[in-house]
Parts: sequence; structure tokens; C-alpha cells
Amino acid sequence: MLDLIQKMLGKEAGSKQIAKERLRLVLVHDRVNVSPQFMELLKEDMIKVISNYMEINEREMEVNLTQTNSSVALVASIPVNRMKRGTVPVE
Amino acid sequence: MGEVIVITSGKGGVGKTTTTANIGTGFALQGKKVVLVDADIGLRNLDVVMGLENRIVYDLVDVTDGNCRLKQALIRDKRYDTLYLLPAAQTRDKNAVNPEQMKLLCKELAEDFDYVLIDCPAGIEQGFRNAIAGADRAVIVTTPEVSAVRDADRIIGLLEAEGKHNPKLIVNRIRPNMVKKGEMMDIDDIIEILAVDLLGIIPEDEYIVISTNRGEPAVVNPASTASNAYKNIVRRLSGENVPFISFESDSGIMSRIKRLFGFGE
Repeated sequence: MLDLIQKMLGKEAGSKQIAKERLRLVLVHDRVNVSPQFMELLKEDMIKVISNYMEINEREMEVNLTQTNSSVALVASIPVNRMKRGTVPVE
Repeated sequence: MGEVIVITSGKGGVGKTTTTANIGTGFALQGKKVVLVDADIGLRNLDVVMGLENRIVYDLVDVTDGNCRLKQALIRDKRYDTLYLLPAAQTRDKNAVNPEQMKLLCKELAEDFDYVLIDCPAGIEQGFRNAIAGADRAVIVTTPEVSAVRDADRIIGLLEAEGKHNPKLIVNRIRPNMVKKGEMMDIDDIIEILAVDLLGIIPEDEYIVISTNRGEPAVVNPASTASNAYKNIVRRLSGENVPFISFESDSGIMSRIKRLFGFGE
């Protein structure tokens, strides 16, 4: 919908922006030399921990490395379905 | 003592061979003594791009194997007195040569020539390691596409690991119209992402096809839009400070103006 509005307003960014963003992301991974398996393990561990506290949508979950100005950041987008109240494990 | 420059890219088909042929011919037009070395053993192409395919007797592997003397394998281009080609072997593979042999070969050539240009094969394996072994400097060719820029980034890392610092970048096949429309990555974008120095910008030019058909490098034809870009690259490589030609800087200025008014970026 937003895309459509942007198109109608003639404000579409052009495929160059898409190319730049895809390139940036792929280079962050190439440069830190992290395998997809490594990222998958990290993701699974995150799911394990977070599931103790809330119910999350694992399918929609995204975990990526990104480049900020000078450093690499781990950015996770994790849709939450429901909080698990009163089930917080105690030490 | 001349200078050994490797032309590399990682990805195939971005224009390494065409670039090598045109830079080499450009140096010869300046009266510099230059030899082009085709390091793509098993897939030789520089000879046909140069139109010298009928004159090959010996090749690079014949030299490193000691089947002939270096001088015997060099083909002199009859059109330009100071231009020579050392062709690749076509019936052997990359493992027929090793980096040590290439270092010796480059050293020997650099004693006789002002410039030794090495046309590197695509990929990052033995052929790449052979091609860069004897190089003093590296030139990376890329096109404004995600795949080519990604491979260029990898090559920059591998060159760095081999102690070849500060490679220079050529962006090939840029289409100013598409850049203007925001449908092609701009020079600024690519330079920012790869964080290397720019050596040249070559516009997409149909004449490249014609010149390759004929075996005559485009740089000698003033009607070719790429010709001027190649000539500028040659001058920059010889140490001249040449400003980037109009369409080259157009996009940069445009994006700066846009940024000034709060558009783009």
C-alpha cells in the first residue's frame, strides 16, 4: 500500500536504492566472514532464550548483521505473539 | 625498471580483457613501451581482442617451461611500435604455472618495458594468485551491479591479504541515463561502499562490440565515447592528475545538488 502511494506520488526510490541496500547487507556478511550456519545457530539460541519469556513468531523472525557508520550491528526483528505472564523462570 | 599492473575483477565478463587491451594500447599511443600478458591460461582471449591471434607461435607456458626464450614468445603489434603481447597457453590449465614463476617472468619483463599489464582470469583460485604474484599495483574493474561490486569487494580483501595495498577502481559500462533515473548505482555509491580510489569511469559504448569484432582496441577511435575514458585512465596511471570528464562528474554533482535540497540519500 505504501509502495502504491509512493508510486502515485512519483517518489519511488528507483532500483538503485534497492541495489545499494542489498549490496550493503551482503557485504557486511562477506566481510565478517560469518557462515549462514553460524547465523542459524545464533537464531535458534535466541529463540530458546526468548521463548522463556514470550511467545514469538519464529517464521517472521529476522536476524541480520548490518553496518552502521563505523561498526557492525546485530539487528533482530522478532514479532511477539503473546507475553508469557507469570512464567518467568527464577534463578 | 618498469611497473607491473594487474587488471582484475573477481567476476567474469565485466571487461577485464577489453580494459587491458585499451589501457595497453593507450600507453603505446603515448610512446610508452608496454607488454600485455594474458594470464588466463586455458581460456586465452586477449590475443583476439587485440587482433593478434594469427601471429602466436609460443606462449606464456612455453616461456615458464623453458621451451623458448621470452623474446621469442613476445608478439609485436605492427600498428604500434612499442606494444607487445605475451599470449596465454590455450591447451594447458592454470596449474601449468605457479606464482613464483610469474614473479620471475614479471621481473624480467619489467626490465625491458615501461609497463607490464597482466590480464587476470576471473575467479579467486590459482589463476588469480598467479596473475597478482608479480604485480606492483592492482586495478580492479567492476560494473554497477550488485554481483560485480560484491566480487570486487572480495578481491580487494584478497589483494590486501597478499600485501597488495591501495588498488584502484575502474567502473565499467556505466549508463548515465539510467543513473540519472535512479535505476543504476552511481559512482559515488560504489566508491563509498568499496572505500577505494577511483581510477576511471567508462561509459557503456556500442563501439566496444565493433572494435572487438575487428580486433582494434576502441581507444584509437576518437568517435568512441569509451576512448576518452581509457585515455584518461592511461594518463592517471602515468601519474597525471586528470579531472573526471563531464558525464563522469555529472552524477556526482547532481547527487550533491540533490542532497543540498534535501532529495535523495
